[in-house]
Amino acid sequence: MDNLGRRRMEEHVFVVLMSGSILVVVGSLLSMVLTVLGKGLGALSLAMVTQTPKGGYYLGKEGGILNAIVGSLYLATGSTLLSVLVSVPIAIYLYEYAGESRRTSYTRRMLDALCGIPSIVYGAFAFTVMIYFRARASLLWGILTVTLFEFPMMTRGMDEVLRTVPNRLRETAFSLGSTRFEAATRVVLRQALPGILTTVLIGFGRAIGDAAAVLLTAGYTDNIPSSLMDPVATLPLAVFFQLSTPIPEVQQRAYASGIILLFIVLGLSVFSRWSSKRLMRYVVR
Amino acid sequence: MIDDPVIQVRNLSVYYGKVAALRNVSAVVPRKMITAVIGPSGCGKTTLLKSMNRLLEIYSDVKVTGEVLVDGVNVYGDDVEVTELRRRVGLITQTPNPLPMSIFDNVAYGPKIHGNGDKEELHALVERCLRSAGLWGEVKDRLKEPAANLSIGQQQRLNLARVLSVEPEVLLCDEPTSALDPISAGRIEALLRRLSVDYTIIMVTHTLRQARRLSDYAVFMYMGELVEQNYAEKFFNEPDDPKTREYIEGLFG
Repeated sequence: MDNLGRRRMEEHVFVVLMSGSILVVVGSLLSMVLTVLGKGLGALSLAMVTQTPKGGYYLGKEGGILNAIVGSLYLATGSTLLSVLVSVPIAIYLYEYAGESRRTSYTRRMLDALCGIPSIVYGAFAFTVMIYFRARASLLWGILTVTLFEFPMMTRGMDEVLRTVPNRLRETAFSLGSTRFEAATRVVLRQALPGILTTVLIGFGRAIGDAAAVLLTAGYTDNIPSSLMDPVATLPLAVFFQLSTPIPEVQQRAYASGIILLFIVLGLSVFSRWSSKRLMRYVVR
Repeated sequence: MIDDPVIQVRNLSVYYGKVAALRNVSAVVPRKMITAVIGPSGCGKTTLLKSMNRLLEIYSDVKVTGEVLVDGVNVYGDDVEVTELRRRVGLITQTPNPLPMSIFDNVAYGPKIHGNGDKEELHALVERCLRSAGLWGEVKDRLKEPAANLSIGQQQRLNLARVLSVEPEVLLCDEPTSALDPISAGRIEALLRRLSVDYTIIMVTHTLRQARRLSDYAVFMYMGELVEQNYAEKFFNEPDDPKTREYIEGLFG
């Protein structure tokens, strides 16, 4: 084959490979969504999203999973707020203050390691701490545990977002006499805001989808928690418990719960696109 | 030779890592005039400029030795407040670099961080600065719009207004017209000419014709060293150094 023929061939092979990869992504997403919809749609009802489980719910009787919906939202919101409070200062320190040094590079590697630890390990660790404090599973401990694995990925995400802010903006801020704090908070953060919001919402998604860490620390209850010290139900665990029963109706409800979780996450990603578009208004390209 | 220089650079050397960008440079900048810094790319013009407001030090790995005196005070001295120095010695960059905020906020940013919180005063100040930069008429009805929506020529005048807003004494201009079309460039030049009545202006430029047109004093840099400096008249007509003559005559660079 001559050179041109070889190069054309190469081009074709790669287009086929890339299209194939896209097919894998779209295909797995579609088949997953369709399976969950197919199995759960029949059990989805208004009662499921407006009621807490009544007696005998897990045997196929009346009720819903409002406890888990509200619980998950409480838990994910609480831990996301805490994670933002921790992540923003760390990210600003790492990228805007510390400069490239051995210490910052170690800190980044440690955060990466924290991102890689399975959430059940966080759960087990938090459980040990809880035993030490003689604490019972509760919303508060759930939030703390989820924060523990949510903030490292959020911090690293923000760190990367800050990296995309062009240095000429920092130079401009400094040459007007800004302190580092003013340059970071009034100029850099403003430019980075859409990216930071995306990172925060990805963190929220991680938090609301987690089952392992909250299994040991948040407990489970049929009630909506009325204080931070109450145990709390979560959607992933609701899916798990319902799926583990031998009763077909309840198993179907597990899939319906999955649909609800899916829609919350989907709604979140739509919201994130919409809001970052609005925040883009003042961003400099 | 110069009675009342605003800036005196004494034995300044700058290293990026191990590479010397400036070697033992000594220069003076006369008050309320336009000083042009010329020389081929990579000769250290911008480094010299950014050493004057200590902007070099925001990057790690930069080492500065020697002195830069502004009104007789070494800006690298221990008790110099760098934010105040940068307020007094403003920088106009080559690209306009609008901040990610509205046109109004771009100009109000500086006064705000330096403690001017009064709303009415701020409005008057923003208007005054935009007028000085010849931009007020074009933006007075769209002050809330993102600064990035302006054309690049307007952005550069906004850049000028933003620097003026903190009431500097010296304006460092780093090739302020090289990113602009000839008409916008002409407007900036005219503005600088007018501002040189009240401000000391130091301008790095690649265009010899611009330097001739604008400058009252000129400095020629070559390979990180200062070759010659003098009043424009003498500098461009009878340079002392053969290297300067060759450069001015366009024989290299």
